[in-house]
Amino acid sequence: MHDIYREQILDHYKFPHNFGPIEDADLSHCEENPTCGDRICIDINWDNEKKVKDIHFHGHGCAISQASASMLTDKVLEENMNVESILKLAKEDILSMLGIQLSPIRLKCALLSLEVLQKTVKNLK
Amino acid sequence: MTTLNIQTIRKQFPILDRVIHDYPLVYLDNAATTQKPYSVLGTLDHYYQHYNANIHRGIHTLAEEATAAYELARDKTQRFINAPKREEIIFVRNTTEAINLIAYTWAEQNIGEGDEILISELEHHSNIIPWQLVAKRKNALLKYIPITEDGDINYEAYEKLLSSKTKLVAITQASNVLGTIVDIPKISKLAHEKNALVLVDAAQSIPHRKVDVQQLRCDFLAFSGHKMYGPMGIGVLWARAELLEAMPPFLGGGEMIREVSWQSAKWNELPYKFEAGTPYVSGSIGLGAAIDFIESIGIDEIQKYEQELTSYALTTFEKFPDLTVYGPQERGAVIAFTHKEIHPHDLSALLDSEGGVATRSGHHCAMPLASKLGIHATCRISFGIYNTKDEIDIFFEALGKAEEAMQCKNCTIKNLPCCKLKKKHEITISN
Repeated sequence: MHDIYREQILDHYKFPHNFGPIEDADLSHCEENPTCGDRICIDINWDNEKKVKDIHFHGHGCAISQASASMLTDKVLEENMNVESILKLAKEDILSMLGIQLSPIRLKCALLSLEVLQKTVKNLK
Repeated sequence: MTTLNIQTIRKQFPILDRVIHDYPLVYLDNAATTQKPYSVLGTLDHYYQHYNANIHRGIHTLAEEATAAYELARDKTQRFINAPKREEIIFVRNTTEAINLIAYTWAEQNIGEGDEILISELEHHSNIIPWQLVAKRKNALLKYIPITEDGDINYEAYEKLLSSKTKLVAITQASNVLGTIVDIPKISKLAHEKNALVLVDAAQSIPHRKVDVQQLRCDFLAFSGHKMYGPMGIGVLWARAELLEAMPPFLGGGEMIREVSWQSAKWNELPYKFEAGTPYVSGSIGLGAAIDFIESIGIDEIQKYEQELTSYALTTFEKFPDLTVYGPQERGAVIAFTHKEIHPHDLSALLDSEGGVATRSGHHCAMPLASKLGIHATCRISFGIYNTKDEIDIFFEALGKAEEAMQCKNCTIKNLPCCKLKKKHEITISN
């Protein structure tokens, strides 16, 4: 039954990618999940074409919230995203990225990083 | 050792037969809410099937029966907390509503600019937010009684905080996170010397130990039915009659009035002045049944047995350096802990999926306390009368399975000798 803690999730949780603050980031935003206290901050630097040049996250929380943030920041970089493509990201993208089924309560953990990311870039619009 | 037959008690709780992810349910989230025995469930059914009616006004058999049962529940509650008068028992929704009732009535009249409200660092949000709101409305000061490193109330600091400006001390009798038991008679004595009143949040104490308002010498007491084997949605406010008499009403509406003209009204007598609208009749009757259930075992016996469980669990916790327990050694039936490598949220999820063990994780509605302890979240187990030492063993085995699931290499709980943790069908086979 512990399918949600499969290898890839645990890897990202234990060895998160793009972790730690960016000094002098162009944009920065933090959010907390009030029910569990998980906290995620996202820092972004843009390139000249207003695409994400660098993105980092930091904060604390459960394996699902932290792995989700790690994988999401990877995805943003790999897909060379800009404000529009970030705002188009939806719940389904996160679920297919994680590749697991989640109960409504754990879904909040998984979606925290997306919420923070989208609020971060909305500050720019 | 207890002389109680716990297996007989367990048979009174149908939900304990639930199977969770193939495992028999181990319910260790009693501080959030307790399960309900057949006697309480049956009382609710019986009410709706046989004498459902609105109370106090109907001149027919059902209304008379419903009114009598509702008022009998008040008598039982009065006796249970040793209140001097039956009209001092006000039925509300829960502890939160009881505290808010005081904050919007008594505090509205008695707290002014520059006055001080003292609460402790142990408080649940339900005993913080209402006072933050009063302090803002009245330009009063909200001050915190600090806790010691062990999680006990710092009584010396409390004594120093008390002054002629203190109007109210609002404090929990038992912490929902640390399990700390607060010496309420001492709190009351010191507060009364300064003419301050004392409100006790008894939500976490009343299911576990004798709560006697005359022995506590407090002025207000609040608790919920659902944490003491009763229905969800019924709670109790107790206050000394002379205070209730002097207080303005809280909610206006039917039942709380004696005489109404176009522009004004006279308030009804106690307790009805504070019970506007149709109350939760079945809930009150169910609470009465829950009190009967507790008294059929004996609250002192319950306390003794739950202490046995708590000591047993604490002794096992000590064997594992990877686990940190928060709070004093002497405590109620609550243990909050963290694991050095596994986040509390993941622990709770895995305890559920790998062992059918129900726990709670998070800040437990006490965010200021969590930040004082320097932690974001803890995992919490809390006991009720139906829990067993075997269930505690199963909990630790399930912790070991959580370590395996998280591939925690240096963890040691997973090396525990097994195996009380069995799937439902495995138990059936071995029997």
